[in-house]
This record gives sequence, C-alpha cells and structure tokens, in this order.
Amino acid sequence: MAAVFFYLFATIMIASAGVVIFARNPVHSVLFLILAFCNGAGLFLLAGAEFLAMILIVVYVGAVAVLFLFVVMMLDVDFAELKQGFIKYLPVGVGVGVVVLAELSLMAFGWSSAPSATEAVANPIVPQMSNTAALGQILYTKYVIFFQASALVLLTAMIGAIVLTLHHKPSVKRQKIAEQNARTRENVIEIKKVPFRTGV
Amino acid sequence: MLTIGLTHYLVVAAILFTLGVAGIILNRKNIIIILMSVELILLAVNLNFVAFSQSLADLTGQVFALFVLTVAAAEAAIGLAILVAFYRNRGTIAVEDINSLKG
Amino acid sequence: MIYAIVFLPLVGFLIAGAFGPWIGVRASELVTTSLLMVCAVLSWIVFFDVGIGHNEGYAPILANWMTVGALKVNWGLRVDTLTAVMLVVVNTVSSLVHLYSIGYMHEDPHRPRFFAYLSLFTFAMLMLVTADNLVQMFFGWEGVGLASYLLIGFWYQKPSANAAAIKAFVVNRVGDFGFALGIFLVFQLTQSVAFPEVFAAVPGLEGKAIHVFGMDVDALTLATFLLFVGAMGKSAQFLLHTWLPDAMEGPTPVSALIHAATMVTAGVFMVARLSPIFEYAPATLEFVTLVGAVTAVFAATIGLVQNDIKRVIAYSTCSQLGYMFVAEGVGAYSIGVYHLFTHAFFKALLFLGAGSVIHAMHHEQDMRKMGGLRKDIPFTFAMMIIGTLALTGFPFTAGFYSKDAIIEAAFAASKHHHMAMFGFVATVAAAGLTAFYSWRLVFMTFFGARKDHADQTDHADEAPTVAEVAHADGDQTHQDHSHDHSHGDHAPHESPIVMLAPLAVLGLGALGAGIVFGKYFIGHDYDEFWKGSLFTGRDNHIIHEFHDVALGVGLAPTVVMAMGFVVALYVYVLKPGTAQALARTFPRLYRFLLNKWYFDELYDFLFVRPAFAIGRLFWKGGDGAIIDRLGPDGVAARVADGARLAVRLQTGYVYHYAFAMLIGVAAVVTYFVAGGLR
Repeated sequence: MAAVFFYLFATIMIASAGVVIFARNPVHSVLFLILAFCNGAGLFLLAGAEFLAMILIVVYVGAVAVLFLFVVMMLDVDFAELKQGFIKYLPVGVGVGVVVLAELSLMAFGWSSAPSATEAVANPIVPQMSNTAALGQILYTKYVIFFQASALVLLTAMIGAIVLTLHHKPSVKRQKIAEQNARTRENVIEIKKVPFRTGV
Repeated sequence: MLTIGLTHYLVVAAILFTLGVAGIILNRKNIIIILMSVELILLAVNLNFVAFSQSLADLTGQVFALFVLTVAAAEAAIGLAILVAFYRNRGTIAVEDINSLKG
Repeated sequence: MIYAIVFLPLVGFLIAGAFGPWIGVRASELVTTSLLMVCAVLSWIVFFDVGIGHNEGYAPILANWMTVGALKVNWGLRVDTLTAVMLVVVNTVSSLVHLYSIGYMHEDPHRPRFFAYLSLFTFAMLMLVTADNLVQMFFGWEGVGLASYLLIGFWYQKPSANAAAIKAFVVNRVGDFGFALGIFLVFQLTQSVAFPEVFAAVPGLEGKAIHVFGMDVDALTLATFLLFVGAMGKSAQFLLHTWLPDAMEGPTPVSALIHAATMVTAGVFMVARLSPIFEYAPATLEFVTLVGAVTAVFAATIGLVQNDIKRVIAYSTCSQLGYMFVAEGVGAYSIGVYHLFTHAFFKALLFLGAGSVIHAMHHEQDMRKMGGLRKDIPFTFAMMIIGTLALTGFPFTAGFYSKDAIIEAAFAASKHHHMAMFGFVATVAAAGLTAFYSWRLVFMTFFGARKDHADQTDHADEAPTVAEVAHADGDQTHQDHSHDHSHGDHAPHESPIVMLAPLAVLGLGALGAGIVFGKYFIGHDYDEFWKGSLFTGRDNHIIHEFHDVALGVGLAPTVVMAMGFVVALYVYVLKPGTAQALARTFPRLYRFLLNKWYFDELYDFLFVRPAFAIGRLFWKGGDGAIIDRLGPDGVAARVADGARLAVRLQTGYVYHYAFAMLIGVAAVVTYFVAGGLR
C-alpha cells in the first residue's frame, strides 16, 4: 500500500517539476511548483516526518510559493518562447546532466552504510514520542543555538527584503512629526516692515 | 520493488535535483524560473535528508531539513526582493538582458 | 725636440677643446696657432738636421702599448729623412692654416672648437708620420680620418655637411678595412708589426705563397695590395674617390690643410714608408701605377667642367695624387715624395687663395658668378697666378721640377714596367688637362666682366643658372653658409693681412721649393739626403735613369701645358661663350663629366641602396618581425589573447556561471567516483 502512494507521489512530483521548467506561462510554473511541494509533503509523510511535511505545506506552499505568485503577477511577466540559444546548449547540457544523473544513480544503488553508522546515531527516534514532540525536544535543547541563528537569518532576510524593495515615491507628501514638534515661533515667523502701498 | 527502501527515495531525490539543475541551465525565459528551480533543488535535498533520517532512525536529518527549509524561505524572499528592485531599474527580467557582469 | 713637435698640437687641442669657452676665442686661436708655429720652426730644424744634415735619424720608444703573445706594439717616434720631410710639410701648412683661419673664420661662433679640431688633426697626422710600427700608423690613420669627419661636418647644422662627413668616413673605412687586413697579413708573415723587424724579414719572404680562398697567391703581393687599398681610400684614388669633392663642404682652411697637403698625402707617405715591402711586390707596383695613372686623367677630366671653385681644386688634388702614385709605382718613391712636398705648397696656396676669393665674394663659390676680380683683389690674384703656374708646371716653379720628374720617370721605367708607358701617356694628357682647368679657373674668376654683381645679396638656394643643356644633377654648387648675410652690397675687398701672410709664405714655397730642394730629393744629393729611409730594390735604378730620357720626353709636359693655356685663353678670354657652345654641342659628354662620370649614382645603386635595403630588412624584418614579435610584442600579444579568451568566459549570464559550477561539480564527483572504483 505504501508503495502505491509512494509511486504516485513521486511521479506527480517529478512531472510537475518538469512542467515548472518547461511551462510557457510563468503562472503555470508557479502553480505546478505548488503541486510539487504538496507531493513532496506527501513523501515526507510516508517517510515518517509529519511535522516537516506540514511545515512544508505551511511555509513553502503557503508563504514562499504565494510570494512567487505575487511577484509574477506584479512584474507582469510575459509568455516567452523557447529561444534559439536553447538548441546550442542542449547537447552539452544533456550530456552533463546525464553524467550527473549517472553518478547520482551510482551512489544511490551502490552505497552501503558504514558498520559503525548504526551505533553513531546522534538522536535516535523513539517510537513512543510523536515526531513533533521529539523534534521539539532536541531542537530547543541541543540545537537551540542553531535555532536562534536561523531566526536571525529570517530577521535579516525580512529586513533585507523590505530595504530592497521599499520605495518612497518622491511626490507623495509625508508628515515629519519630529520637525513639526520642533518648530518654534522664532524659526518660522519673520516680521517685515513694509512701506505704505508697496509690496514685499 | 514493492518495498520502498532508502534507494527509492534517493533516486527520486536525484531526479528532482537533476531537474532543478537543468531548469537553471536550460532556462531561457526569465529569472523567476531560476528561483523556482533552486526551490526544487532544495526540496530534493530535503527529501534526501528525510529519507536518511528514516533509514538511520536518526532525528538529525529532520532537524537539518528544518533548517534548510528556514533558510530556503529566507533566500527566496531576498531573491524575489532583488528581482523586484532589478525589474524596477531595468524594466526586464528576461535572461538574455541580464549580463551586466560581462567582462 | 721630437716630443715637442708631436705633442704640442695635442696640448693645443686639449686647451682649446676643453677650455675654449672659458679662455675665450682669441686665446684659443692664439694658443693653438702659436704652438703650431713653434712646431713648424722645430720641424724645419729637424729637417735641416736629419735630412740635409748628417744625423742618421733616431727612433726613441715612448712606452709599450700592448704585448699580446707575439704581438708587441710600442709607442715610438721614428725620425728619419722621410719623417723630416713630412714633418715640415705638415707643420708648415698646418701653422699657416691656423693663422689663416683666424681671419677666415672670424665671424664663426664656434672658433675654439674649430681650432681644437685643427690641432687634433695635426697631432694625429704627426703620429702617423712618426710611427715606428704599423699599428701606431693605423692609429694616426684613423685619427686623421676622425679629424676629417669632425672638420668636414664642422657646420653640423647643415645636412649636406653631415652627409659629406659621413660619406668621407665610410669611404675611408673601406680603405681602412683593406689596410687593417694588410697589417694582419704582415703580422702573420713576419710575426711583428714594427718597421725594423718587418723590413728585415721581407727579403726572406720573397716568392712565398699563401693559400687563401682556395688559391695560391704571392704573400707579399697580397699584403701590399691590401695596404695599398688603404692608401687608395685615404688618398681618394679612382674608385674610392667619391668622398673628396663632397669634403669641400667643410670650411676652406680645412680643405687646404686636410684635403690638399696632409691627410690625402698619407697614402703616398705610407707607400713610401713601406717601400721595403713594396719593392718586393712588383705586381702591386704595377697596380699602383695603373691606379695612379687612371686617377690622374679621370680627375682632370671632371675638373674641366666643375663650376664650384673649390671643387675644381679638389679634383686637381685628386689628379696630382695620382701623379704621386704613378711615380711610386715605377719605383721612384723619392720623386713621389718630392711631388708631395711641392704639391703641398702650391695646392695649399691655391686653396687658401680660393678661400680669399670666396671671402671677398661673401661666401659665393660659384665661378659663374665671378669675374674681373683681378682689379679688386690684386694680391690674391697674384698669389693664385703663382699657384697656377706651379701647378701646371711652368718652368722653374716647384711644380715644374717635380711633375716633369714624374713624367720622365714614367717614360724611363717603361722598359721594365708594363704599366709605365700607360702612366707616361696618362700623366702627359693629364698635364694638358691640368693646365686647361687651372687657367680656366683663373680666367673665370679674375678676368672678364663681372657677372651678377647686384645679385650678390640674394643667397637663395642655388638653382643652376647655366645654359639649359646642363642638367644640374652633379652641379653641386654650395655656398658657405657660415655667414649671416647682412653685408649688403659690398664690393669685393682684399682679405685681411692675417689671411694674406700665409698666402705669401706659400707662394714663396711654390716658387722656390723646387729649385732649392730639388737636388736633395731627386738630384745629386739623393743618397746623403734620404740615407736609406726610402728603399729601392736591386734592379731599381730609376732615380738615375730618369735623368737620361730623350729631350722630347722632357719637353712634352711643357708643350702640353702651353697648349692647355692657349686653349683656356681662347675659350674663356678671347672668345667668351665658347664653353657654353661646346657644352651645347656635346650635351651628353658635358653632363657625363659634370656628374663626375656618374660614380655617385653608380655607388648609390650598387652599395648605398642595397646597404639601406639590408639594414631595413634587418630592422623591419629581423628586429621587428622576428625578435620583437617573439619577444616583447609577442608576449604582450599572447597575454592579450589569453585575456580575450578569458573574457569569453565572463558572459555576464548567471546561468552560464551556474552551468560552469555544475560542470565543476560533475568533474569533482567523477574524480572521486573514479578514484573510489579503482
């Protein structure tokens, strides 16, 4: 039973990944990316990592992919045709890709774990605890530094994104409260003596 | 074939990885595809981690995958911000036009 | 005393050369001239002591120059009669030229340099004539060549002067190359370069053959031939003569000193000094006679039509040098040296007189612009007449004795010299031509109507004004540009006394040197005078034979001289315009002579252009294309190529870079996989 789901999830994921790359409409690309994520979450579930699977949906699909969609919409990206240069690089690209794939397969099929691997498990999975609890237990104790560090990374990214894209239009008038409060009578008003029947 | 073992996960991850890399290289359209391909690559890596975590009964893989997720999200945000700023300045995100690094 | 004679001019050169700007012009002039005067007086004392007196001569050694294996070269001063004769010639003429230059160059801003160079030249010439060995003679030889270069190119801002100086040096170098080869051969044959040892070894080498270039040649003939090539260069003989007329670019005192009396006679002196060797190489002597005879006629023909007053006299010098070599070629070395002695006087007189004329004409040198000057500069006129009489061999002048002696000797030697008869005919013919062009010079300059009197201030570059037939390629009438032409329209005036006094002294010599010294050089007192400094071989009795020739032979030169005079008188005085008519009738012959038998063009075609072509080939092709291309330029270009290739990698497209990264990753993984598989 698990095998059926596995193959199902795997096939759809790979197919949608292909569509992401080759789709003409970028919005389609984003949507199929979302589909790929969802199937990935399914695979995570099959592997026993429920927390991660849900987080994948929430963060990746809910935030990142939606962000992609926002940007695609905002930038008004056009449909694009496959350009000529594609053909020029195809042979080399395919060649290198095949090589890489071959090596990866070699690894995949030809590897074996070291004898001491099973003894060197750092955080053994205990079946009694749920996945989430187990993760929480090690994350906030053993790996709390990394946790905080990744939080900092997120903070930096957030600030960075705002800095990069925040764009004050010069024509929009804004109030500067501090300036307003700092005005005094001496700075602002000037009395001029003007002779009778002449302008300033 | 019917028992799903570690190898299956690894193969799937490998294919996904390859597709992601191919997406970067074969991409002729626009930058957003590159960013999406990067997400695919990261997904493949995460799959790898989780598969090993299951096989070795070690939670370290999942922890690491969590962190990868975090960083990937941050990076996607920044990447898109850069893209937006670039688009504002150049008016295009077509791949051929972005060659200011040309030496 | 000999040390003083030789080294005082060097002192003068150092003072005027190094300190000229500080001590001032007048001081430089006076120091050098007075030092030379002292030398001249001392030379005459030596002449009377060693030559006419009974002193056998001496050869003090000053120092060792170099000793390399068997080669031992000393600095030595050999004084015998031949040296004494040359000392008198060199120092007398040099001191008179120094004195003359005070007047002639009086407006030149670079006088200290000029007098320094004159003294340097004198020193080098003295080293040459007092040399005790071949290497020291070569040192003096090169020294006079250097001084000649410096003096010809004295007005170095003039490009024609520079070209002439280079030409003189290069043509001389061809001769010097032969001279050097001759010295090498002599050393190889006799294992020495010092005169006493070489002369002692020569008789033993008679008939010895050496193997060179696959042929067996007589060693002495080859050595003397090579040495004579040097003489040909220095004395401007046929084929190596092209530099002498161009050397007239130098100031007139230079021409008088170097190209009339001293440097060009170095070749004659060298052959006389080496007479012990030449007497054992009869084949070379034939060649010497041939070259001398050809030069005598050849130069005279060109002198017939030249329009620059200095050039006529230059070609005359060339021709007279040919006479001297004819005499030496038939074995009459003393007659050759005697002619050298007398020729120095009257040729220097002619040159200095021409300088006086040029000075009077405000540095105009074209004879076609002169005329009727005998009333304006009578003293110069008289001196020029004396010089011309001496040159043409008018009876009882110095030239009469020496020139006729040569002609008679040539005739007398024709019994045992093959070339001597040709030499006789040539010298007689040349005598007639000499008379013609000498009197032509006098008539064109001093007689007739003044031409272009009003145009003297117009010194624009000389376009030939002669009749249309004369294509002025070879007509290089140059003007002395040492003057700033601010004189206005002056009538020609006589030169100052400082220029006329040397003329007077030389005039005396031209008239009297023959009568007074004849008997010593070639007459009864021959042996007491020369005391063996000139060597004659066993069968060489020419000194006695030449007195016994037929009367007709002795009168022949006088007859042709008279004929030449009459023809010149007719063409230039009695029927003016005949010359131009002749030029129009024989245009090609006229142009042939005017362009110096087209030797300059021939040499330009044969040597100069190929040399430039080879130089350009080495420069552009060798140096530029090969060495530069492989070296600096090549390296730079390859670096640029490399950079250009590297640039192609940087396309600016991020996905290209990502692709590169992927390839790198694949390579690394492959490496490790392959490593793991093994």
